[in-house]
Amino acid sequence: MTALQRPAQRHGPRRASTVWGPVFFLLLPFLAVYLLFFVWPALQTLWLSFTTSGLTETGPWTGLSNFRTLIGDASFWSALGHTVFFAVLTVIPLTAIGMLMAILTRSGGRLRRVAQAVFFIPYVLPVSVATLIWQWVLNPNLGVVNAATGSQIAWFSDPTLAMPAVAAVTVWWTIGFNMLLFLAGLQNIPQETYEAAALDGAQGGQVFRYITWPALWPTTALVLTLQLVGSFKIFSQVYLLTGGGPFDSTRVVLEYMYDTAFTNTDAGYASAIAVAFFVVILLLTLLQNTLLNRGRA
Amino acid sequence: MIASRRSVWMMVLATMALLLMMAVWAAPLLWALITALKPELQAAAQPIVWLPNPVTLENFAAVLTSGNLPRWYANSVVTSLIITAATLILSAMAAYAFSQLTFPGRNALFWFSLAGFMLPFEALLVPLYKLMNNLHAINTLAGIILPQLVSPIAIFVFRQFFDQIPKEFREAAVMDGATELRIMWSVFVPLSANIIWALAIVTFIGAWNNFLWPFIVVNSTEQMTIPVGLTQVQSAYGLRYAQTMAVAILGGLPVILAYLLFQRRVTEGFLSASGLKG
Repeated sequence: MTALQRPAQRHGPRRASTVWGPVFFLLLPFLAVYLLFFVWPALQTLWLSFTTSGLTETGPWTGLSNFRTLIGDASFWSALGHTVFFAVLTVIPLTAIGMLMAILTRSGGRLRRVAQAVFFIPYVLPVSVATLIWQWVLNPNLGVVNAATGSQIAWFSDPTLAMPAVAAVTVWWTIGFNMLLFLAGLQNIPQETYEAAALDGAQGGQVFRYITWPALWPTTALVLTLQLVGSFKIFSQVYLLTGGGPFDSTRVVLEYMYDTAFTNTDAGYASAIAVAFFVVILLLTLLQNTLLNRGRA
Repeated sequence: MIASRRSVWMMVLATMALLLMMAVWAAPLLWALITALKPELQAAAQPIVWLPNPVTLENFAAVLTSGNLPRWYANSVVTSLIITAATLILSAMAAYAFSQLTFPGRNALFWFSLAGFMLPFEALLVPLYKLMNNLHAINTLAGIILPQLVSPIAIFVFRQFFDQIPKEFREAAVMDGATELRIMWSVFVPLSANIIWALAIVTFIGAWNNFLWPFIVVNSTEQMTIPVGLTQVQSAYGLRYAQTMAVAILGGLPVILAYLLFQRRVTEGFLSASGLKG
């Protein structure tokens, strides 16, 4: 801030040609940070994926050998499978429940502001706060959920329940953002449309089917796209809740990459995983955009 | 008549569904708060004790006076404030150049700057760690801050906003001999106060909550931020559930307060950041 308040040097009268001084001065700080902490690391990820490097030292170029290993690596494919499973468990609920929340909140009258806050607050919590709370709520012996239902389920250490439990925590934690997008989408539907529909005798289900749903479709498409990519990038909550277990049943791609890089210090192979992961996300986005645009036309 | 009776039923049903969902979403936080207000023995009592008796603040006092929580707070405050201020200044300067100045390659450079949208930050972890290692920034606050200063979204939002400001504003100031920096600071920034606040709060919340990068770059307890430090509490406090919940509540409190105080700005900020609203 002090830099901005300092009286800057004066420039001569403006000419039609480019005055480079201010352009450089205004752009350089951002570009320097962007190149150093973003573009350069991105290029390095690509380059490292062709080497056998460690976390601190850089090893020799090995061409496509990392990628050949990756294709035959059962751990990678199972991690990708777990990631897909997590996406299947979260994308549709986070979209559908988010939409329902927004519709109910909007028609909630006096409850509206409180409801919006209640649904949104988990989203502004740090991931470790959310996971600490849920580890306590779902504690096998002392947790309130098991006490209230009279069960003894070890939610995060049961191989079949661990991933659904992580998914449920994720829905609770992140849905507020989707609700917000749907609320904004609902706000763009003119009230007159509903009034006209009411005059024509349209009822609840019909109003949704013929007015709300089509008018919300652009928002729905946006939420689905953001959510699919978001769900694929899952790492923190699964790492904190299960550590990838039990028996690797919740180990997702980013956790596999993290373990490879920071536990096995195999930076070269981890970079190959990162590159593959990036390609998967890119393909998903493209595929989904194509499908959603076709669905719209 | 039939239609209106039906719609009354719909309203009742919708309200009940809303209340049920609100209860489900509020319950975990409320239970954490109730636990934190209990004496430690009651928190783990069986059968379950539903309400604290007596209500006590001893857990909050205990975690604030012993352990690293105050230190983590300080680290989080310092890093989040610096990240927020620096991100906004860098982005506003770049966005001003992209919006108001004409120079060859402007559009190409703008899209190049936005390309950061496409790349998941997670893919950069390994080279960033190596870079920080070379810069001797592992386990430092600078190491936490530096990679978090890039925000293509902020540039995009600022530029959209600056584009809407009539060209005459800048031209008149240029005639008066003002420098670009001064024009930006005394004309464009005041006009954008709303969007700056919205972006500032969202950037701050994002920086405060960032887990992955500080978790990678810091492993000494001294330099941890709140979200990373909280992962230590289960080993630190062991089976003291009431204290653990007190820590969780205190860890979430600053962002909850920021949201409740600036609800409209936060909403606006998150919507601008998603590209839905300029």
